[in-house]
This record gives sequence, structure tokens and C-alpha cells, in this order.
Amino acid sequence: MTAVLTQQAPGPAATAPLVQVTNLGRIFDVSKPWLNRVTERLPRTLLRAAQNVTFSIPRRETFALVGESGSGKSTVAKMVVGLIAPTTGDVTIDGISMNKAEHGAERRKLRRRIQMVFQDPYASLNPRWRAHDIVAEPIRAFGIAQSQAQTTSQVGDLLKLVGLDPADGAKYPHEFSGGQRQRIAIARALACRPEFIVCDEPTSALDVSVQAQILNLMRDLQDKFGLTYLFISHNLAVVRHMANRIGVMYLGRLVEVAPAKELFLAPKHPYTRMLLDAVPDLDLTGRQRKPVEGEVPNPVDPPPGCSFHPRCPFANARCRTEVPRPLPAGNAIVECHAVEEGRI
Amino acid sequence: MTEPVLSVRDLRVEFPTRRGILTAVDGVSFDIAPGEVLGVVGESGAGKSITGTAIIGLIEPPGRIASGEVKLHGLRIDQLSGEPLRKIRGKRIGTVFQDPLTSLNPLYRIGEQLVETITTHLNMSGAQARKRALELLGEVGIPAPETRIDNYPHQFSGGMRQRVVLALALAAEPELVIADEPTTALDVSVQAQIIALLKRLCRQHGAAVMLITHDMGVIAETADRVAVMYAGRVVEIGPVRDVIKSPLHPYTKGLMGSIPSLTGENDRLTQIPGSMPRLTAIPSGCAFHPRCPRAFVPCPVFRPELQDEAKSQVACWLYQPFPVTLSPVP
Repeated sequence: MTAVLTQQAPGPAATAPLVQVTNLGRIFDVSKPWLNRVTERLPRTLLRAAQNVTFSIPRRETFALVGESGSGKSTVAKMVVGLIAPTTGDVTIDGISMNKAEHGAERRKLRRRIQMVFQDPYASLNPRWRAHDIVAEPIRAFGIAQSQAQTTSQVGDLLKLVGLDPADGAKYPHEFSGGQRQRIAIARALACRPEFIVCDEPTSALDVSVQAQILNLMRDLQDKFGLTYLFISHNLAVVRHMANRIGVMYLGRLVEVAPAKELFLAPKHPYTRMLLDAVPDLDLTGRQRKPVEGEVPNPVDPPPGCSFHPRCPFANARCRTEVPRPLPAGNAIVECHAVEEGRI
Repeated sequence: MTEPVLSVRDLRVEFPTRRGILTAVDGVSFDIAPGEVLGVVGESGAGKSITGTAIIGLIEPPGRIASGEVKLHGLRIDQLSGEPLRKIRGKRIGTVFQDPLTSLNPLYRIGEQLVETITTHLNMSGAQARKRALELLGEVGIPAPETRIDNYPHQFSGGMRQRVVLALALAAEPELVIADEPTTALDVSVQAQIIALLKRLCRQHGAAVMLITHDMGVIAETADRVAVMYAGRVVEIGPVRDVIKSPLHPYTKGLMGSIPSLTGENDRLTQIPGSMPRLTAIPSGCAFHPRCPRAFVPCPVFRPELQDEAKSQVACWLYQPFPVTLSPVP
């Protein structure tokens, strides 16, 4: 590939994790409008979309967040890239805080090194722009190319890189299939030569054969450019295929963080066990699945104690009252009283 | 061999457009035996949902069934319309759609919707129907049906709504249930519950099921036989174990290889190059030949028909004699 697309040498602190997320939390105010609250005498309603989320991502690795809808995965992703501000905690990328006011100038430079790929390639591309302009936008915005001709050649290279024809640049998004659109979104993310890409369910809108193409492409690009990914998905099999380390979220809390291999071989938290058990068995081993009772509770009014206790087969009195703290268990970090007490 | 509940022969569904006639379903044939679960799997645009809607006569004009026949217990239903068709829909064929929020009327309590379905199809008084509705809600696992029956759909979660839809589909004891992506909109833990429920209920009620989904995992868990569709055609149909463990058609092989798994080596996924053709440009001969790693001389010219191979049927020239004597299909 051309020199334009090669990765710059890593900085002096190359051994430190690229992304450090500490005690991240976000509370959304989902109260009714002021007038309703006054006339109906309602209190404010607060939704804890994320709380006490702590993890780090070493360079060139993939950290995945899995969880069911409403577990706060996307909220965390948006806080990591600075699209929404956290209520508590902080995100630092290469030592620079994404929130602290004093890091403003450095943060602006940092932005070029972070990109995001969204779930729905039908919504994340401007339908009135040609593919070429979509991919060229970051190049223009960050002033990466010196001339119009250089921009064009860079866009052509990027389109080739993601498996499209440079001539496709003249087309509009509606002329592409879903998989091709996601390729354009990836080309746009790569345009400003980022180090860190946040992928929020990048393949869940795609068919399975196209999903395989996109996942393979993302792994190839990671090897080629030394990218670091934060990968968000609800599909455990996809996550297993992509991630080095996996965090499992439930109702805004990170209940288990473990190396990918271990998480699948020896899941610790009862929720992780349940999620793994709920994945349909393609190998036809005749394994009997035991569907877990109940559904995810309303995050506005989560259960007291461990938020998983109403669905947990191992819950006891302590689980119903005391919120578990994240504690190391082997190579994993688990928030569970039963694991801490050695009951499971 | 018992008479199949549903027998589809050479079904062809067309949509006339300004740019010519689009063939969404092209020569699809299959049978479903009583109590059997047939999985229909394919990627978007394969024609699986259109096949389902054609069977219950819900194709929106100007789309139409151009040829072929659909028989329910020997009775042709593809040419029915009006009152006779209404008597079959809901009574003899129950349906479950993907999105439980749009398949329930938001303005009526779920009890009213169940009672309406029951009194329309079964000869029951209002009070009897309500009693039956309560039984059904209990059967699909809705806690405290006596209080929940008077709730509106928005007061239920997604999984609970899909349970209500299942209760509606089974209300009139249908012989066949067409479930179109019943678990796609649900979270994985709830999905497992709904699959288990669907399987148990249909077994208890002796209903045959046509389960349309893009998720091979759901098929593996639920179906007895599976039909793989590609570009409006069935390319392979056979017992679920054979199709998943030893697929014959190159498309099925690619599809199975591209599914990331929870076990085994974490290698590159097999990928099928390209994407599903658009209906405006379905390739000649075998529709899969431009993407097929094993395409050879006859593939772009002649269209393969389903032929017996091992325990399955497959439409692929790799398993059939080379058609030198045939003239090209126009």
C-alpha cells in the first residue's frame, strides 16, 4: 500500500495501554417535562446507563463489549470517543483525557487518531453525497492532503483497501449493498489514519456471508496498520472471533472482564454463563439449553444489590442487598459475590 | 407416507415494475409433514419471506403468484380470495411475524385481540373465549394472566409481546404455523426462551411449522428439515443434521463456513465473495455461479433442478450429469 496509509511509529509510551477507561459512569435524566412533574407530583427519574466501568485496551489489541440491548454498551462507546460526556470517571487515550478542560488543545489533535464505525450503514452515510466525498471528508477536514489530486488518489487507495473499485467513488450510497456501504464507512474511518477505531455493532445489520467479509477485512486492516479496536456487539460468536479481551455488560455494569479464550472456556459470572448457554448450538451436539427465566429489568428501576440477582440461580441474601465490587478472579475481573465466596 | 399438511409446487411470485417483471420466488417446491418443523433459511433478498406471504395469500398487488400451486391438506389455497381465504388465515394457518410491536394493535387490550381471534374462528361465546384466552396466555408463559389480559401491548416487553403473538397464532388450533423471523428482534437470552416455547407448543398442538429465519443457529435448534434459499430458489433441502454437518451445495457450504462459532479454531472465516444478486439482475443458469468457487462449464448456461443426493435434495451441477444434450434455457 502507498506510504500515505502506513502507520506512524508508536510514541514513547508504546507499552502503556492506548485507552484507559476509569470508573466511567453516565446518568441520563429521563424525567417527564417540568410541567408534568409539577402537576403530577412526580420525582425526577434518573437512568444509570453506565456505572463504574473500568477497562484498558493495549495497543494493537481488540477489546470487546458484549451485552443485551439496554446494557449500556453504546453509551460507553460514545463516552470513549467523547460524543457524550461522562457523569463520573474519565477516559484517557494515549494519556490525554477526553473530558478534562485543560487537555483541550491536545484533545483536538487527538481526535484525528480516533474514528468510529456505526451499526447501520444505511443511516451513517449521507445519502446526498457521493462515496468519494464521504471518504474524502476526513482528509479535507484534517487537511491531510496537499492538493485536490492527492485527495482523489488517497480516496482511490482507501476504496481499494476495503475491496471496492476506485471508480465506485462516483456512486451514491443507495447504489451500494449493505456490505459495500459498511466498507465505505470503514474507508472513511481509515481516511485520517487513526490508531483507535470504535466499532459499534458494525456487522449486526448485515447478512452472515457479508458479515464474514467485513470481519475478515477488519482483522486484516488491524494487522496491516496496527489498529486498536473497541468492538461492541451483542453476538458472542462474532466477539470471540475478533477480541483479545472481552467485557460483559449487564444493566450498565461491567460484570466480567476476561481474556477472550478464558471467557469462553471458563465463564465465571452467572450472567456470562447464561449468555453462553443461550447461544444456539450449531454443532448439533444435542446439548440441552436451559433458557434462563426472566428478562432484563428496567434500567430506570434496577433491582437492589447485584442487579442480576432476580435471574441468578446462585443468588443469596447478600446478593439481594449488597452491590458486588469488581474483584480479580484468575485472569478475569468479576463482580459477583458467589465467585468471591467460592460458591460457584 | 402421510399426506403433507402443506404442499408447495413450482411456486413463482412476480412483481411487475416499470423496468420489467421481477421474479422474487422462482420455482419453489417443498412439503411439510404433520407436526414437522421446516426451516427456511437464506440471506436477505433470498425470497424466504415472500414464499411465506404467498402461502397465506398476503402478497401485495401488483405482486402476484404467477404459477405453481399451494395445497393445504390437498386443498388448493393459492387461488382463494375473500371469505374462503379469511377462513383459512388464522384458523388453519397461524402466523408469527418478526416485530411483535407491529403485529399487535396498540389500541386494543391484548385480551380483546385474543377474544376477537377466538370468536371469529371458533364457535364460542365471549365468556368462553375469554377463558380460553386466559388459558392460552398461561400456556405461553405470561405470569399472572388474569391481570395481564387487560393490558395494552405497550405494557409488555419485547419477549412478552412475542409470547402474546404466539398465543394469537395458536388461538384457533391451526394445522400450520408460519413463523417469519420470530426471534430476530429479541435479545439472545429471550430468543432461547421463545424458540423453546415455539417448539413445545407446536409439538403439544400437533401443528406443523414453517420457520423462516436467517439464523442457522435457530434452525439447528428447532427444525427437522431445512430448505436453503438463494435468489428466489431452493438450492438445497434436507434433514437439518445433514445440511448443517455435511452441506452439499457450494452456497450452503459457504454460508455455514461464514458463521463465527463458539468452539473450534479462531481462524479466518470462510467468505463468499460478492453479495446476493439484485432481483433486476439474477444471473443466468445457476444464480449462484458468479460467486461459486466450483462453477464450471454448464453453470452459467443451464439452470440445475433439485435432485436427490444422499438424504437431501440439491440443485447443483456438481451432483448431476452434465447436460450436454439440453438446449440453453432462454
